[in-house]
Amino acid sequence: MLDVSTTAPLTGAPLVVPGEPLIAFQDVHIGFGEDEVLRGISFEVWPGETKVLLGESGSGKTLIMKLAAGLLRADSGKIWVMGHDLGEMPEDELLRFRRHIGFVFQEGALFDSLTVEENVSFRLREEGLPEEETLQRTREVLQFVELEQAIDMYPGDLSGGMRRRASIARALADRPPLVFYDSPTAGLDPVTSQTIITLILRGRDIQGVTAMLATHRVQDAFGLAHFRFERESNRVVPIKPGGLPRLEGAPAADIEQTAGSTRTSVLVLRDGQVYFEGTAVALLHPADEYLKKFLASAE
Amino acid sequence: MPETHEPPSLFSAAVDACKHMIFSLQDYSLLVVRAMGNAFTPPSYWGDTLEQMDLIGVGSLGIVVVTFFFIGGVLVLQTAAQFQRFGETTLTGDAVSLALVRELGPAITALLVAGRNASGIASELGSMVVTEQVDAMRALGTDPMRKLATPRVVAMVLTLPLLVAAADFVGLIGGYVVSYFTLGLGAIQFWTRAVNALEFGDLVQGFIKPLIFGMIISTVACHQGLRVRGGTQGVGRATTSAVVISSVTVLVVDFFLAKALLYIFRS
Ligand SMILES: Nc1ncnc2c1ncn2[C@@H]1O[C@H](COP(=O)(O)OP(=O)(O)OP(=O)(O)O)[C@@H](O)[C@H]1O
Ligand SMILES: [Mg+2]
Repeated sequence: MLDVSTTAPLTGAPLVVPGEPLIAFQDVHIGFGEDEVLRGISFEVWPGETKVLLGESGSGKTLIMKLAAGLLRADSGKIWVMGHDLGEMPEDELLRFRRHIGFVFQEGALFDSLTVEENVSFRLREEGLPEEETLQRTREVLQFVELEQAIDMYPGDLSGGMRRRASIARALADRPPLVFYDSPTAGLDPVTSQTIITLILRGRDIQGVTAMLATHRVQDAFGLAHFRFERESNRVVPIKPGGLPRLEGAPAADIEQTAGSTRTSVLVLRDGQVYFEGTAVALLHPADEYLKKFLASAE
Repeated sequence: MPETHEPPSLFSAAVDACKHMIFSLQDYSLLVVRAMGNAFTPPSYWGDTLEQMDLIGVGSLGIVVVTFFFIGGVLVLQTAAQFQRFGETTLTGDAVSLALVRELGPAITALLVAGRNASGIASELGSMVVTEQVDAMRALGTDPMRKLATPRVVAMVLTLPLLVAAADFVGLIGGYVVSYFTLGLGAIQFWTRAVNALEFGDLVQGFIKPLIFGMIISTVACHQGLRVRGGTQGVGRATTSAVVISSVTVLVVDFFLAKALLYIFRS
Protein backbone atom coordinates (compact mmCIF):
# COMPACT_ATOMS: atom_id res chain seq x y z
CA MET A 1 0.00 0.00 0.00
CA LEU A 2 1.16 3.50 -0.72
CA ASP A 3 2.17 5.70 2.11
CA VAL A 4 1.19 9.13 1.01
CA SER A 5 0.16 10.41 4.38
CA THR A 6 3.55 11.98 4.93
CA THR A 7 4.24 15.49 3.82
CA ALA A 8 7.41 14.56 1.99
CA PRO A 9 7.53 16.07 -1.47
CA LEU A 10 6.39 13.55 -3.99
CA THR A 11 8.84 12.36 -6.56
CA GLY A 12 8.51 9.71 -9.16
CA ALA A 13 11.39 7.67 -7.92
CA PRO A 14 9.89 5.19 -5.45
CA LEU A 15 6.81 4.57 -7.54
CA VAL A 16 8.52 3.64 -10.75
CA VAL A 17 9.40 0.01 -10.98
CA PRO A 18 12.29 -0.41 -13.47
CA GLY A 19 11.39 -2.49 -16.47
CA GLU A 20 7.68 -2.09 -15.89
CA PRO A 21 5.24 0.30 -17.49
CA LEU A 22 3.80 3.06 -15.35
CA ILE A 23 0.34 2.48 -16.74
CA ALA A 24 -0.98 -0.71 -18.25
CA PHE A 25 -4.48 -1.31 -19.59
CA GLN A 26 -5.47 -4.89 -20.32
CA ASP A 27 -8.63 -5.45 -22.32
CA VAL A 28 -10.57 -2.72 -20.58
CA HIS A 29 -14.29 -2.40 -21.21
CA ILE A 30 -16.71 0.21 -20.00
CA GLY A 31 -20.22 1.05 -21.05
CA PHE A 32 -23.20 3.09 -20.02
CA GLY A 33 -26.60 1.53 -20.18
CA GLU A 34 -26.98 -0.47 -23.36
CA ASP A 35 -23.97 0.57 -25.36
CA GLU A 36 -20.36 -0.17 -24.68
CA VAL A 37 -18.06 2.81 -25.16
CA LEU A 38 -14.66 1.18 -24.66
CA ARG A 39 -14.44 -2.32 -26.10
CA GLY A 40 -11.22 -3.90 -25.06
CA ILE A 41 -8.56 -1.25 -24.71
CA SER A 42 -4.99 -2.38 -24.06
CA PHE A 43 -1.88 -0.22 -24.01
CA GLU A 44 1.08 0.71 -21.87
CA VAL A 45 2.71 3.95 -20.84
CA TRP A 46 6.36 3.82 -19.86
CA PRO A 47 8.07 6.07 -17.34
CA GLY A 48 9.02 9.35 -18.99
CA GLU A 49 6.75 8.75 -21.94
CA THR A 50 4.05 11.09 -23.15
CA LYS A 51 1.14 9.19 -24.60
CA VAL A 52 -1.02 11.24 -26.91
CA LEU A 53 -4.62 10.06 -27.19
CA LEU A 54 -6.18 11.07 -30.47
CA GLY A 55 -9.71 10.38 -31.49
CA GLU A 56 -12.97 11.91 -32.55
CA SER A 57 -15.20 13.57 -30.06
CA GLY A 58 -16.91 10.89 -28.01
CA SER A 59 -14.34 8.23 -28.76
CA GLY A 60 -13.55 7.78 -25.09
CA LYS A 61 -10.37 9.78 -24.47
CA THR A 62 -11.69 11.31 -21.30
CA LEU A 63 -12.99 7.96 -20.14
CA ILE A 64 -9.57 6.34 -20.54
CA MET A 65 -7.90 9.03 -18.48
CA LYS A 66 -10.54 8.93 -15.78
CA LEU A 67 -10.17 5.17 -15.63
CA ALA A 68 -6.41 5.51 -15.32
CA ALA A 69 -6.83 7.99 -12.48
CA GLY A 70 -9.26 5.67 -10.72
CA LEU A 71 -12.08 8.21 -11.01
CA LEU A 72 -14.17 5.62 -12.83
CA ARG A 73 -14.17 1.87 -12.56
CA ALA A 74 -13.91 -0.39 -15.56
CA ASP A 75 -16.66 -2.93 -16.23
CA SER A 76 -14.03 -5.52 -17.02
CA GLY A 77 -10.34 -5.73 -17.73
CA LYS A 78 -7.33 -4.75 -15.64
CA ILE A 79 -5.78 -1.37 -15.09
CA TRP A 80 -2.38 -1.13 -13.47
CA VAL A 81 -0.98 2.24 -12.51
CA MET A 82 2.31 2.65 -10.66
CA GLY A 83 2.22 -0.95 -9.62
CA HIS A 84 -1.35 -0.88 -8.31
CA ASP A 85 -4.29 -2.82 -9.60
CA LEU A 86 -6.89 -0.05 -9.52
CA GLY A 87 -9.78 -2.48 -9.69
CA GLU A 88 -8.76 -3.92 -6.33
CA MET A 89 -8.44 -0.65 -4.48
CA PRO A 90 -11.22 0.77 -2.32
CA GLU A 91 -11.96 4.47 -2.67
CA ASP A 92 -9.93 5.56 0.36
CA GLU A 93 -6.82 3.88 -1.00
CA LEU A 94 -7.52 5.41 -4.38
CA LEU A 95 -7.67 8.82 -2.74
CA ARG A 96 -4.18 8.34 -1.35
CA PHE A 97 -2.99 6.93 -4.65
CA ARG A 98 -4.28 9.99 -6.49
CA ARG A 99 -2.01 12.26 -4.46
CA HIS A 100 0.70 10.99 -6.83
CA ILE A 101 -1.03 12.08 -9.97
CA GLY A 102 -2.13 15.33 -11.51
CA PHE A 103 -5.32 15.61 -13.52
CA VAL A 104 -6.18 18.52 -15.78
CA PHE A 105 -9.89 18.32 -16.49
CA GLN A 106 -11.26 19.08 -19.90
CA GLU A 107 -13.38 21.90 -18.54
CA GLY A 108 -10.82 22.97 -15.96
CA ALA A 109 -12.99 22.05 -12.98
CA LEU A 110 -11.47 24.78 -10.83
CA PHE A 111 -13.13 25.31 -7.46
CA ASP A 112 -15.11 28.40 -8.28
CA SER A 113 -15.53 29.62 -4.73
CA LEU A 114 -11.76 29.63 -4.17
CA THR A 115 -9.20 32.05 -5.57
CA VAL A 116 -6.57 30.92 -8.05
CA GLU A 117 -4.06 30.80 -5.22
CA GLU A 118 -6.35 28.63 -3.07
CA ASN A 119 -7.10 26.38 -6.03
CA VAL A 120 -3.46 25.83 -6.86
CA SER A 121 -2.41 25.31 -3.26
CA PHE A 122 -5.36 23.03 -2.48
CA ARG A 123 -3.39 19.81 -2.33
CA LEU A 124 -0.40 21.40 -0.61
CA ARG A 125 -2.71 22.66 2.15
CA GLU A 126 -4.43 19.27 2.34
CA GLU A 127 -1.06 17.68 2.89
CA GLY A 128 -0.36 20.07 5.71
CA LEU A 129 2.64 21.77 4.22
CA PRO A 130 3.80 24.79 6.27
CA GLU A 131 2.08 27.96 5.13
CA GLU A 132 5.28 29.65 3.97
CA GLU A 133 6.33 26.76 1.82
CA THR A 134 2.82 26.45 0.43
CA LEU A 135 2.81 30.07 -0.63
CA GLN A 136 6.25 29.85 -2.11
CA ARG A 137 5.45 26.73 -4.10
CA THR A 138 2.15 28.16 -5.25
CA ARG A 139 3.90 31.27 -6.52
CA GLU A 140 6.51 29.15 -8.22
CA VAL A 141 4.00 27.07 -10.09
CA LEU A 142 1.92 30.10 -11.00
CA GLN A 143 5.07 31.69 -12.37
CA PHE A 144 5.64 28.50 -14.30
CA VAL A 145 2.28 28.88 -16.04
CA GLU A 146 2.73 32.67 -16.22
CA LEU A 147 -0.26 33.48 -14.12
CA GLU A 148 1.21 35.30 -11.11
CA GLN A 149 -0.83 38.38 -11.86
CA ALA A 150 -4.06 36.41 -11.41
CA ILE A 151 -3.15 34.95 -8.04
CA ASP A 152 -6.03 36.59 -6.15
CA MET A 153 -8.65 36.31 -8.84
CA TYR A 154 -11.58 33.92 -8.87
CA PRO A 155 -11.91 31.37 -11.68
CA GLY A 156 -15.06 33.06 -12.92
CA ASP A 157 -13.04 36.18 -13.70
CA LEU A 158 -10.41 34.40 -15.80
CA SER A 159 -10.34 33.91 -19.54
CA GLY A 160 -10.61 30.39 -20.94
CA GLY A 161 -6.88 30.12 -21.55
CA MET A 162 -6.05 31.42 -18.10
CA ARG A 163 -8.45 28.95 -16.55
CA ARG A 164 -6.76 26.15 -18.44
CA ARG A 165 -3.37 27.29 -17.18
CA ALA A 166 -4.64 27.65 -13.61
CA SER A 167 -5.95 24.13 -13.87
CA ILE A 168 -2.57 22.92 -15.08
CA ALA A 169 -0.90 24.77 -12.22
CA ARG A 170 -3.19 23.04 -9.74
CA ALA A 171 -2.35 19.65 -11.20
CA LEU A 172 1.39 20.33 -11.14
CA ALA A 173 1.60 22.12 -7.79
CA ASP A 174 3.11 19.29 -5.83
CA ARG A 175 5.08 17.90 -8.74
CA PRO A 176 3.32 14.62 -9.36
CA PRO A 177 5.29 12.12 -11.43
CA LEU A 178 2.25 11.30 -13.56
CA VAL A 179 -0.05 13.86 -15.13
CA PHE A 180 -3.22 13.49 -17.23
CA TYR A 181 -3.99 16.39 -19.52
CA ASP A 182 -7.52 16.13 -20.84
CA SER A 183 -7.83 18.19 -24.01
CA PRO A 184 -5.86 21.14 -22.64
CA THR A 185 -5.75 22.86 -26.01
CA ALA A 186 -9.37 22.36 -27.04
CA GLY A 187 -11.12 25.54 -28.01
CA LEU A 188 -8.07 27.75 -27.65
CA ASP A 189 -6.40 29.90 -30.29
CA PRO A 190 -3.17 28.50 -31.84
CA VAL A 191 -0.91 30.81 -29.83
CA THR A 192 -2.41 29.90 -26.48
CA SER A 193 -2.44 26.24 -27.48
CA GLN A 194 1.25 26.54 -28.19
CA THR A 195 1.84 28.03 -24.75
CA ILE A 196 0.08 25.09 -23.20
CA ILE A 197 2.09 22.58 -25.21
CA THR A 198 5.21 24.43 -24.06
CA LEU A 199 4.08 23.96 -20.47
CA ILE A 200 3.66 20.26 -21.06
CA LEU A 201 7.10 20.08 -22.68
CA ARG A 202 8.58 21.85 -19.69
CA GLY A 203 6.94 19.41 -17.32
CA ARG A 204 8.25 16.52 -19.33
CA ASP A 205 11.78 17.72 -19.96
CA ILE A 206 12.51 19.53 -16.73
CA GLN A 207 10.47 17.65 -14.16
CA GLY A 208 10.51 14.29 -15.88
CA VAL A 209 6.75 13.96 -15.84
CA THR A 210 5.10 10.95 -17.42
CA ALA A 211 1.93 12.06 -19.10
CA MET A 212 -1.15 11.20 -21.06
CA LEU A 213 -2.59 13.88 -23.27
CA ALA A 214 -5.98 13.78 -24.93
CA THR A 215 -6.43 16.03 -27.90
CA HIS A 216 -8.16 16.50 -31.24
CA ARG A 217 -5.17 18.35 -32.62
CA VAL A 218 -2.57 16.29 -34.42
CA GLN A 219 -0.26 19.30 -34.17
CA ASP A 220 -0.09 18.73 -30.44
CA ALA A 221 1.28 15.25 -31.00
CA PHE A 222 3.84 16.52 -33.51
CA GLY A 223 4.78 19.40 -31.25
CA LEU A 224 5.48 17.03 -28.41
CA ALA A 225 7.38 14.65 -30.66
CA HIS A 226 9.56 17.18 -32.43
CA PHE A 227 10.40 19.69 -29.75
CA ARG A 228 11.90 19.74 -26.35
CA PHE A 229 12.28 22.32 -23.65
CA GLU A 230 15.86 23.38 -23.13
CA ARG A 231 16.63 24.25 -19.55
CA GLU A 232 19.71 26.34 -20.33
CA SER A 233 18.11 28.69 -22.80
CA ASN A 234 14.65 28.40 -21.25
CA ARG A 235 13.18 27.86 -24.70
CA VAL A 236 11.55 25.26 -26.85
CA VAL A 237 14.02 23.85 -29.37
CA PRO A 238 13.69 21.21 -32.08
CA ILE A 239 14.94 17.78 -31.17
CA LYS A 240 18.09 16.73 -33.01
CA PRO A 241 18.60 13.05 -33.76
CA GLY A 242 19.44 11.29 -30.52
CA GLY A 243 18.65 14.51 -28.74
CA LEU A 244 17.03 13.01 -25.69
CA PRO A 245 18.42 10.36 -23.43
CA ARG A 246 17.09 6.87 -23.92
CA LEU A 247 14.16 5.85 -21.80
CA GLU A 248 14.80 3.25 -19.18
CA GLY A 249 13.17 -0.06 -19.75
CA ALA A 250 10.90 0.94 -22.58
CA PRO A 251 10.92 -1.33 -25.59
CA ALA A 252 12.44 0.63 -28.44
CA ALA A 253 9.86 -0.51 -30.92
CA ASP A 254 7.04 1.14 -29.05
CA ILE A 255 8.71 4.45 -28.52
CA GLU A 256 11.29 5.31 -31.07
CA GLN A 257 14.29 7.00 -29.59
CA THR A 258 15.19 8.81 -32.77
CA ALA A 259 14.38 12.34 -33.69
CA GLY A 260 10.84 13.22 -34.35
CA SER A 261 9.28 10.71 -32.04
CA THR A 262 11.28 10.84 -28.90
CA ARG A 263 9.39 10.02 -25.75
CA THR A 264 6.12 10.58 -27.48
CA SER A 265 3.80 7.93 -28.73
CA VAL A 266 0.38 8.18 -30.19
CA LEU A 267 -2.76 6.18 -29.70
CA VAL A 268 -5.70 6.67 -32.02
CA LEU A 269 -9.09 5.54 -30.77
CA ARG A 270 -11.93 4.49 -32.99
CA ASP A 271 -15.17 2.72 -32.14
CA GLY A 272 -14.03 1.99 -28.63
CA GLN A 273 -10.85 0.29 -29.71
CA VAL A 274 -7.24 1.18 -30.27
CA TYR A 275 -7.10 1.87 -33.98
CA PHE A 276 -3.49 2.87 -34.23
CA GLU A 277 -0.60 2.80 -31.84
CA GLY A 278 2.88 4.04 -32.62
CA THR A 279 5.07 7.02 -33.08
CA ALA A 280 4.15 10.43 -34.35
CA VAL A 281 6.47 9.81 -37.31
CA ALA A 282 4.48 6.78 -38.33
CA LEU A 283 1.40 8.93 -38.14
CA LEU A 284 2.94 11.38 -40.60
CA HIS A 285 2.65 8.95 -43.46
CA PRO A 286 -0.46 6.98 -42.74
CA ALA A 287 -1.18 4.08 -45.00
CA ASP A 288 -4.68 3.78 -43.71
CA GLU A 289 -7.69 5.56 -45.18
CA TYR A 290 -9.34 6.42 -41.88
CA LEU A 291 -6.14 7.85 -40.45
CA LYS A 292 -5.59 9.88 -43.61
CA LYS A 293 -9.05 11.29 -43.37
CA PHE A 294 -8.76 11.91 -39.67
CA LEU A 295 -5.41 13.67 -40.01
CA ALA A 296 -6.52 15.71 -42.99
CA SER A 297 -9.64 16.93 -41.24
CA ALA A 298 -7.71 17.71 -38.10
CA GLU A 299 -5.35 20.14 -39.81
CA MET B 1 -31.33 -10.34 -31.97
CA PRO B 2 -34.32 -8.19 -32.87
CA GLU B 3 -35.22 -5.90 -30.04
CA THR B 4 -38.80 -5.70 -28.99
CA HIS B 5 -39.97 -2.52 -27.39
CA GLU B 6 -43.02 -3.52 -25.45
CA PRO B 7 -44.45 -0.90 -23.19
CA PRO B 8 -43.33 -1.78 -19.65
CA SER B 9 -46.03 -3.50 -17.67
CA LEU B 10 -47.34 -1.87 -14.55
CA PHE B 11 -45.76 -4.60 -12.47
CA SER B 12 -42.30 -4.23 -13.92
CA ALA B 13 -42.51 -0.47 -13.61
CA ALA B 14 -43.43 -0.85 -9.96
CA VAL B 15 -40.56 -3.27 -9.40
CA ASP B 16 -38.18 -0.83 -11.05
CA ALA B 17 -39.41 2.02 -8.94
CA CYS B 18 -39.00 -0.08 -5.79
CA LYS B 19 -35.51 -1.09 -6.78
CA HIS B 20 -34.64 2.51 -7.46
CA MET B 21 -35.95 3.55 -4.08
CA ILE B 22 -34.08 0.84 -2.26
CA PHE B 23 -30.85 1.74 -4.03
CA SER B 24 -31.19 5.36 -3.21
CA LEU B 25 -32.09 4.54 0.40
CA GLN B 26 -29.01 2.38 0.62
CA ASP B 27 -26.98 5.16 -0.91
CA TYR B 28 -28.40 7.58 1.60
CA SER B 29 -27.68 5.34 4.59
CA LEU B 30 -24.12 4.97 3.39
CA LEU B 31 -23.79 8.74 3.24
CA VAL B 32 -25.20 9.12 6.75
CA VAL B 33 -22.78 6.56 8.15
CA ARG B 34 -19.78 8.00 6.36
CA ALA B 35 -20.57 11.66 6.94
CA MET B 36 -21.13 11.04 10.65
CA GLY B 37 -18.23 8.63 11.01
CA ASN B 38 -15.82 11.07 9.43
CA ALA B 39 -16.59 13.55 12.17
CA PHE B 40 -14.71 11.39 14.64
CA THR B 41 -11.58 10.60 12.65
CA PRO B 42 -8.88 12.90 11.31
CA PRO B 43 -8.42 14.84 9.13
CA SER B 44 -11.16 17.23 10.20
CA TYR B 45 -12.10 20.41 8.46
CA TRP B 46 -12.92 22.68 11.38
CA GLY B 47 -12.53 25.78 9.26
CA ASP B 48 -15.18 24.56 6.84
CA THR B 49 -17.39 23.49 9.73
CA LEU B 50 -17.21 26.93 11.37
CA GLU B 51 -17.97 28.59 8.06
CA GLN B 52 -21.04 26.41 7.65
CA MET B 53 -22.15 27.08 11.24
CA ASP B 54 -21.95 30.76 10.49
CA LEU B 55 -23.90 30.29 7.29
CA ILE B 56 -26.60 28.20 8.93
CA GLY B 57 -26.73 29.78 12.39
CA VAL B 58 -26.11 33.45 11.87
CA GLY B 59 -27.63 33.31 8.41
CA SER B 60 -30.92 31.86 9.61
CA LEU B 61 -31.15 33.76 12.89
CA GLY B 62 -32.94 36.69 11.29
CA ILE B 63 -35.81 34.76 9.79
CA VAL B 64 -36.10 32.60 12.90
CA VAL B 65 -36.40 35.65 15.15
CA VAL B 66 -39.02 37.35 13.03
CA THR B 67 -41.01 34.16 12.46
CA PHE B 68 -41.10 33.15 16.09
CA PHE B 69 -41.97 36.55 17.45
CA PHE B 70 -45.13 36.37 15.41
CA ILE B 71 -45.77 32.70 16.10
CA GLY B 72 -45.64 33.40 19.84
CA GLY B 73 -47.95 36.32 19.29
CA VAL B 74 -50.49 34.48 17.22
CA LEU B 75 -50.54 31.59 19.69
CA VAL B 76 -51.72 34.02 22.35
CA LEU B 77 -54.24 35.63 20.03
CA GLN B 78 -55.77 32.30 19.15
CA THR B 79 -55.86 30.83 22.65
CA ALA B 80 -56.62 33.96 24.65
CA ALA B 81 -60.34 33.89 23.85
CA GLN B 82 -60.64 30.35 25.16
CA PHE B 83 -58.78 31.11 28.35
CA GLN B 84 -60.81 34.25 28.87
CA ARG B 85 -64.01 32.24 28.66
CA PHE B 86 -62.90 30.18 31.61
CA GLY B 87 -61.30 33.15 33.34
CA GLU B 88 -57.92 31.46 33.29
CA THR B 89 -55.89 33.97 31.32
CA THR B 90 -52.79 33.22 33.37
CA LEU B 91 -52.63 29.83 31.67
CA THR B 92 -51.59 31.60 28.48
CA GLY B 93 -47.96 31.41 29.57
CA ASP B 94 -48.22 27.64 30.04
CA ALA B 95 -49.82 27.12 26.68
CA VAL B 96 -47.35 29.23 24.76
CA SER B 97 -44.26 27.78 26.34
CA LEU B 98 -45.37 24.15 26.09
CA ALA B 99 -46.39 24.52 22.48
CA LEU B 100 -43.19 26.28 21.58
CA VAL B 101 -40.66 24.17 23.42
CA ARG B 102 -42.17 20.81 22.71
CA GLU B 103 -43.40 21.22 19.22
CA LEU B 104 -43.39 24.46 17.31
CA GLY B 105 -39.85 25.52 18.15
CA PRO B 106 -38.11 22.42 16.81
CA ALA B 107 -40.50 21.69 13.95
CA ILE B 108 -40.89 25.16 12.49
CA THR B 109 -37.23 26.07 12.93
CA ALA B 110 -36.37 22.84 11.15
CA LEU B 111 -38.74 23.72 8.31
CA LEU B 112 -37.30 27.22 8.01
CA VAL B 113 -33.75 25.89 7.97
CA ALA B 114 -34.74 23.18 5.50
CA GLY B 115 -36.14 25.83 3.19
CA ARG B 116 -33.16 28.09 3.53
CA ASN B 117 -30.16 25.81 3.99
CA ALA B 118 -31.12 22.43 2.56
CA SER B 119 -31.71 24.18 -0.74
CA GLY B 120 -28.44 26.05 -0.39
CA ILE B 121 -26.45 22.92 0.37
CA ALA B 122 -28.05 20.83 -2.37
CA SER B 123 -27.58 23.46 -5.04
CA GLU B 124 -24.01 24.21 -4.01
CA LEU B 125 -22.95 20.56 -3.97
CA GLY B 126 -25.00 19.82 -7.08
CA SER B 127 -23.28 22.57 -9.03
CA MET B 128 -19.94 21.24 -7.88
CA VAL B 129 -20.88 17.81 -9.19
CA VAL B 130 -21.98 18.99 -12.62
CA THR B 131 -18.92 21.21 -13.10
CA GLU B 132 -16.70 18.25 -12.12
CA GLN B 133 -15.40 20.06 -9.06
CA VAL B 134 -16.23 17.04 -6.96
CA ASP B 135 -14.26 14.81 -9.33
CA ALA B 136 -11.45 17.35 -9.26
CA MET B 137 -11.42 17.07 -5.49
CA ARG B 138 -11.22 13.31 -5.72
CA ALA B 139 -8.44 13.65 -8.27
CA LEU B 140 -6.54 15.81 -5.82
CA GLY B 141 -6.82 13.04 -3.24
CA THR B 142 -9.41 14.67 -1.00
CA ASP B 143 -12.52 12.81 0.05
CA PRO B 144 -15.53 14.94 -0.94
CA MET B 145 -17.58 13.21 1.73
CA ARG B 146 -15.14 14.39 4.37
CA LYS B 147 -14.47 17.82 2.95
CA LEU B 148 -17.99 18.70 1.81
CA ALA B 149 -20.60 16.56 3.55
CA THR B 150 -19.20 16.13 7.04
CA PRO B 151 -18.68 19.84 7.83
CA ARG B 152 -22.22 20.58 6.71
CA VAL B 153 -23.73 17.77 8.74
CA VAL B 154 -21.73 18.59 11.87
CA ALA B 155 -22.46 22.29 11.52
CA MET B 156 -26.18 21.67 11.10
CA VAL B 157 -26.40 19.26 14.04
CA LEU B 158 -24.57 21.70 16.30
CA THR B 159 -26.38 24.81 15.13
CA LEU B 160 -30.00 23.76 14.94
CA PRO B 161 -30.43 23.27 18.72
CA LEU B 162 -29.04 26.75 19.28
CA LEU B 163 -31.42 28.19 16.72
CA VAL B 164 -34.29 26.36 18.37
CA ALA B 165 -33.34 27.78 21.76
CA ALA B 166 -33.36 31.25 20.24
CA ALA B 167 -36.68 30.50 18.54
CA ASP B 168 -38.32 29.36 21.78
CA PHE B 169 -37.10 32.42 23.61
CA VAL B 170 -38.21 34.89 20.96
CA GLY B 171 -41.54 33.08 20.64
CA LEU B 172 -42.12 33.57 24.36
CA ILE B 173 -41.26 37.23 24.06
CA GLY B 174 -43.77 37.56 21.24
CA GLY B 175 -46.34 35.74 23.33
CA TYR B 176 -45.67 37.98 26.27
CA VAL B 177 -45.94 41.18 24.28
CA VAL B 178 -49.27 40.16 22.81
CA SER B 179 -50.69 38.92 26.09
CA TYR B 180 -49.66 42.17 27.74
CA PHE B 181 -51.59 44.19 25.22
CA THR B 182 -54.62 41.95 24.75
CA LEU B 183 -55.03 40.29 28.14
CA GLY B 184 -53.19 42.77 30.24
CA LEU B 185 -50.98 40.04 31.72
CA GLY B 186 -48.05 41.22 33.81
CA ALA B 187 -44.51 40.14 33.12
CA ILE B 188 -44.22 38.09 36.30
CA GLN B 189 -47.52 36.34 35.73
CA PHE B 190 -46.60 35.37 32.21
CA TRP B 191 -42.97 34.39 32.68
CA THR B 192 -43.28 32.43 35.93
CA ARG B 193 -46.12 30.40 34.45
CA ALA B 194 -44.24 29.94 31.22
CA VAL B 195 -41.11 28.69 32.95
CA ASN B 196 -42.88 26.59 35.56
CA ALA B 197 -44.96 24.83 32.96
CA LEU B 198 -41.87 23.21 31.53
CA GLU B 199 -40.72 19.90 32.89
CA PHE B 200 -37.47 18.11 32.36
CA GLY B 201 -39.03 15.92 29.71
CA ASP B 202 -40.14 18.92 27.72
CA LEU B 203 -36.63 20.33 27.67
CA VAL B 204 -35.19 16.99 26.62
CA GLN B 205 -37.75 16.79 23.86
CA GLY B 206 -37.00 20.31 22.78
CA PHE B 207 -33.31 19.54 22.61
CA ILE B 208 -33.25 16.07 21.08
CA LYS B 209 -35.60 16.93 18.26
CA PRO B 210 -33.40 19.60 16.70
CA LEU B 211 -30.37 17.31 16.90
CA ILE B 212 -32.19 14.69 14.88
CA PHE B 213 -33.84 17.18 12.54
CA GLY B 214 -30.46 18.77 11.88
CA MET B 215 -29.06 15.40 10.95
CA ILE B 216 -31.98 14.68 8.63
CA ILE B 217 -31.91 18.04 6.87
CA SER B 218 -28.17 18.12 6.30
CA THR B 219 -27.77 14.52 5.19
CA VAL B 220 -30.75 14.67 2.84
CA ALA B 221 -29.42 17.90 1.35
CA CYS B 222 -25.90 16.51 0.90
CA HIS B 223 -27.27 13.30 -0.58
CA GLN B 224 -29.47 15.13 -3.06
CA GLY B 225 -26.63 17.47 -3.97
CA LEU B 226 -23.95 14.85 -4.44
CA ARG B 227 -26.08 12.55 -6.59
CA VAL B 228 -27.01 15.20 -9.13
CA ARG B 229 -27.01 14.09 -12.76
CA GLY B 230 -28.00 16.04 -15.80
CA GLY B 231 -26.67 19.57 -15.64
CA THR B 232 -28.32 22.65 -14.27
CA GLN B 233 -31.75 21.14 -14.55
CA GLY B 234 -30.56 18.31 -12.32
CA VAL B 235 -29.33 20.88 -9.83
CA GLY B 236 -32.74 22.51 -9.80
CA ARG B 237 -34.47 19.20 -9.25
CA ALA B 238 -32.05 18.27 -6.47
CA THR B 239 -32.64 21.59 -4.74
CA THR B 240 -36.39 21.13 -4.82
CA SER B 241 -36.30 17.55 -3.66
CA ALA B 242 -33.83 18.38 -0.89
CA VAL B 243 -36.33 20.83 0.58
CA VAL B 244 -39.37 18.64 0.01
CA ILE B 245 -37.85 15.40 1.26
CA SER B 246 -36.21 16.95 4.30
CA SER B 247 -39.33 18.91 5.28
CA VAL B 248 -41.66 15.95 4.97
CA THR B 249 -39.22 13.63 6.72
CA VAL B 250 -38.83 16.10 9.56
CA LEU B 251 -42.59 16.27 10.10
CA VAL B 252 -43.05 12.51 9.94
CA VAL B 253 -40.14 11.85 12.26
CA ASP B 254 -41.44 14.59 14.54
CA PHE B 255 -44.63 12.65 15.08
CA PHE B 256 -42.86 9.44 16.03
CA LEU B 257 -40.30 11.24 18.16
CA ALA B 258 -43.07 13.04 20.02
CA LYS B 259 -44.78 9.73 20.59
CA ALA B 260 -41.59 8.06 21.82
CA LEU B 261 -40.49 10.94 24.01
CA LEU B 262 -43.93 11.42 25.52
CA TYR B 263 -43.92 7.72 26.33
CA ILE B 264 -40.50 7.91 27.97
CA PHE B 265 -41.24 11.05 29.97
CA ARG B 266 -44.91 10.49 30.71
CA SER B 267 -45.70 11.79 34.14
N1 LIG C 1 -21.17 9.34 -17.17
C1 LIG C 1 -21.52 8.96 -18.41
N2 LIG C 1 -22.75 8.48 -18.65
C2 LIG C 1 -23.11 8.08 -19.89
N3 LIG C 1 -22.32 8.14 -20.95
C3 LIG C 1 -21.08 8.63 -20.80
C4 LIG C 1 -20.61 9.06 -19.52
N4 LIG C 1 -19.33 9.47 -19.65
C5 LIG C 1 -19.03 9.32 -20.95
N5 LIG C 1 -20.07 8.80 -21.65
C6 LIG C 1 -20.09 8.50 -23.08
O1 LIG C 1 -18.88 7.90 -23.42
C7 LIG C 1 -18.44 8.36 -24.68
C8 LIG C 1 -17.00 8.81 -24.59
O2 LIG C 1 -16.93 9.96 -23.82
P1 LIG C 1 -15.58 10.76 -23.59
O3 LIG C 1 -15.91 11.91 -22.70
O4 LIG C 1 -14.54 9.85 -23.10
O5 LIG C 1 -15.24 11.27 -25.05
P2 LIG C 1 -13.97 12.10 -25.51
O6 LIG C 1 -13.17 11.24 -26.43
O7 LIG C 1 -13.27 12.66 -24.33
O8 LIG C 1 -14.65 13.24 -26.35
P3 LIG C 1 -14.21 14.77 -26.47
O9 LIG C 1 -13.08 14.80 -27.43
O10 LIG C 1 -15.42 15.43 -27.03
O11 LIG C 1 -13.85 15.26 -25.12
C9 LIG C 1 -19.39 9.43 -25.11
O12 LIG C 1 -20.22 8.90 -26.09
C10 LIG C 1 -20.20 9.77 -23.89
O13 LIG C 1 -21.52 10.02 -24.23
MG1 LIG D 1 -13.10 14.46 -23.50
